[in-house]
Amino acid sequence: MDFMTFLPYLIVMAGVTYLIRVIPFVLINKKIENKFINSFLYYIPYTVLTAMTFPAILYATGSIISAVAGFLVAIFIAYKGKGLLTVAVGACLAVLVVELVMMI
Amino acid sequence: MDLKRGLKDGIPIALGYFSVAIAFGLMAAEAGCTWFEAMLISITNLTSAGQFAGVTVLAHMGSYLEMALTQLVINSRYALMGISLSQKVDSKFKGIWRALIGYAITDEIFAVAIGQEGEISRSYYVGLMSIPIIGWTAGTVVGAVLGNIMPLIITNALGVALYGMFVAVVVPKARENVHVLAVVAVTLVISSALYYIPAFDKISAGFAIIICAVVASAIGALLFPVEPEKEGE
Repeated sequence: MDFMTFLPYLIVMAGVTYLIRVIPFVLINKKIENKFINSFLYYIPYTVLTAMTFPAILYATGSIISAVAGFLVAIFIAYKGKGLLTVAVGACLAVLVVELVMMI
Repeated sequence: MDLKRGLKDGIPIALGYFSVAIAFGLMAAEAGCTWFEAMLISITNLTSAGQFAGVTVLAHMGSYLEMALTQLVINSRYALMGISLSQKVDSKFKGIWRALIGYAITDEIFAVAIGQEGEISRSYYVGLMSIPIIGWTAGTVVGAVLGNIMPLIITNALGVALYGMFVAVVVPKARENVHVLAVVAVTLVISSALYYIPAFDKISAGFAIIICAVVASAIGALLFPVEPEKEGE
């Protein structure tokens, strides 16, 4: 698209995203002592990632069947303690295999 | 030393980003962006969900306000991560450094950083963010240029790459810590309810993530408070 039409959108998009990330990170300098807040922050990564993954993962591929296969394989490999990449590649391969089988 | 360790930890993130960014590049091209514009979006935003939503706004030439609100809602989880990270960095990691490096707070970079033992140094974080930024940007260009000649079955398979990485962060922790497992289970229930119950149709995907995360984490903090020394686990 025309670059001059595009540019203001880019600035708004990147600017808002940058400020959300940086303002709390820069402003909070003290260690938080409150036990509730610390516990809350401890659980945040896992709840955010879980909420982003489910149920969205079920609709991330061509069919819910291949998506479920990818999801289950990811859980299995992760449960075995393998790294990020192994899990991601395993999930992709599971989806690929299931979709290939479904085409037959 | 920290830098090198960070770079190494960033490689798997970068490979995952590269695959997912191909899907983004493809979508940006379909929305009318040139490969250069798609690349600019990725290098300045460095976020999956926000960029996918942003390109949707671009495609129908929505208002700047719509663009700003979309990003605010979808990306507000980064504010929570920034607070969480502020408790984990060492004493030299402050001020201008946070303003510069805080740009690279993403789900995966945050998850890996927060999983480290002890405090996080600037050099570790710089190492950790570098290769993923390159991977995300390069994947976007590849997707924008080559995406339309890739078979659908490949782009479908790449669609789960990002989620696979999320699973890889959550599952091992839930396995070793029953409290995390319980909180994850609560999140799954709330997330499914928000998605499938028609009364909640009006809630956008970005808001749903925030509601789930805040409610489930608060329940976890009330029922299973974490002892200070356990945080570094």
